[in-house]
Amino acid sequence: MGMPISHIMTSGMSGIRAAGDLVARMEFAKNMRVGDAKDYVAKKLSVSTDDLSDEYVMRELREELGIGVITSVAGAPKGIAAKMNIEKLLDIKINSCQKFRGQLR
Amino acid sequence: MATEYKLRMGDGKRIFMTKEQIIADLKEGMADAADLGSIPDLSADEIDKLVDILTMPSRMVGVELGKEVPVTHDIGTIRLDGDQGNSGVGIPSSRLVGVMMHERAFGADTMELGHIDYSFKPAKPVIAQEMQTMEVCQQNTIVPLFYGAMPNMGLYYTPDGPFENPGDLMKAFKIKEAQESMEHAAKHLTRDIVWIMQRMMASGADGVNFDTVGAAGDGDMFASLHAIEALRKQYPDMYIEAGMAGELMLGLHGEMEYDGTVLAGLWPHQQAPLAAKAGANVFGPVVNTNTSRSGAWNLGRAVTFIKQAVKDSPIPCHVNMGMGVGGIPMLETPTIDAVSRASKAMVEIAGVDGI
Repeated sequence: MGMPISHIMTSGMSGIRAAGDLVARMEFAKNMRVGDAKDYVAKKLSVSTDDLSDEYVMRELREELGIGVITSVAGAPKGIAAKMNIEKLLDIKINSCQKFRGQLR
Repeated sequence: MATEYKLRMGDGKRIFMTKEQIIADLKEGMADAADLGSIPDLSADEIDKLVDILTMPSRMVGVELGKEVPVTHDIGTIRLDGDQGNSGVGIPSSRLVGVMMHERAFGADTMELGHIDYSFKPAKPVIAQEMQTMEVCQQNTIVPLFYGAMPNMGLYYTPDGPFENPGDLMKAFKIKEAQESMEHAAKHLTRDIVWIMQRMMASGADGVNFDTVGAAGDGDMFASLHAIEALRKQYPDMYIEAGMAGELMLGLHGEMEYDGTVLAGLWPHQQAPLAAKAGANVFGPVVNTNTSRSGAWNLGRAVTFIKQAVKDSPIPCHVNMGMGVGGIPMLETPTIDAVSRASKAMVEIAGVDGI
């Protein structure tokens, strides 16, 4: 356990504490190198690329955008609901959201 | 008396080195990589930067603000509920709990779900269970969630699988038969990976993390690349990470090719374009740690190899930095001082897109 946590603390983007999940999605969804992925996400969020790893900026912004926050906020979008908002925000499709929509009657 | 700095051996043991000794080892490790891979040396500035990182007095170091990168994972939740064989810490917990802990407690940028045996083949008999778990995890997860597994072509040979063991055949000088056995195994492995991932994609998976591609040699890589190609064709938007097993593709077969390139003998910077050609989104290059050499030697060598892989790769590179690879000491509990230094060096000097 110590090793992955050491990497997260040393080099990681802190996941949904900040915007690490969003930058990772753009690397995978569009084959973007990390610099391009950060530029893309920062533009969509109207923040600087440095802000993407800044928990102070991202904590409020994530709640405002409904894309999931690290703390358990009652009534805030979580799981699929948060990912459906991420789809709109980043202009991408997420497989689990597609499957969820496909199951609605 | 010259100042000595606290470093680690490749096996993790504490050693003391002067700055001159550190520079000498960094350069020797770098030269080894440059020689083996026919790739350029690091610049003098990059060597200076590595010296700075290795001699920082803090126990833990970090990348400069703004240079953070996304982190992907292998082994998934098994590091929580698994046994020592998977370096697990034996906490009885469901895989859903493991995924959510990584996302909400540890700050993981991505996560993956994997079978307790962590190979594709043993997931087949329990595929419905894997699908159900993926569905439940996807309903509760925000970060990208992959299905992760090892191609592990060794499971297709006797006594574990249907095909005669190439090692036994080669010992009997039945080289052609050994090659045919690898070719048969590769076809079955490709078929199994695609079959499993079709079902995981039907369950909402974001994609797949191929962990330790090539562990059973060039046939293993051949099968994995063909699986990636088939999956990309069927799922244009699927996330695919191709992480390697070792720095050099071992030519157990020796003649297998992908896209006209012989796989045997490829180094990380030569492997990356093939992973991209097959359809991977992210490539995971590996450089092995030599336990008998210092951390400086290993890091100089690893950064030289990975810098070139990042340069030659058409897709993002998430360098493998688990136990015994990427300049990380080869032990079950890699020391935080060594891990954080290697991590910082890979981001700031090799220029990786992630870890």
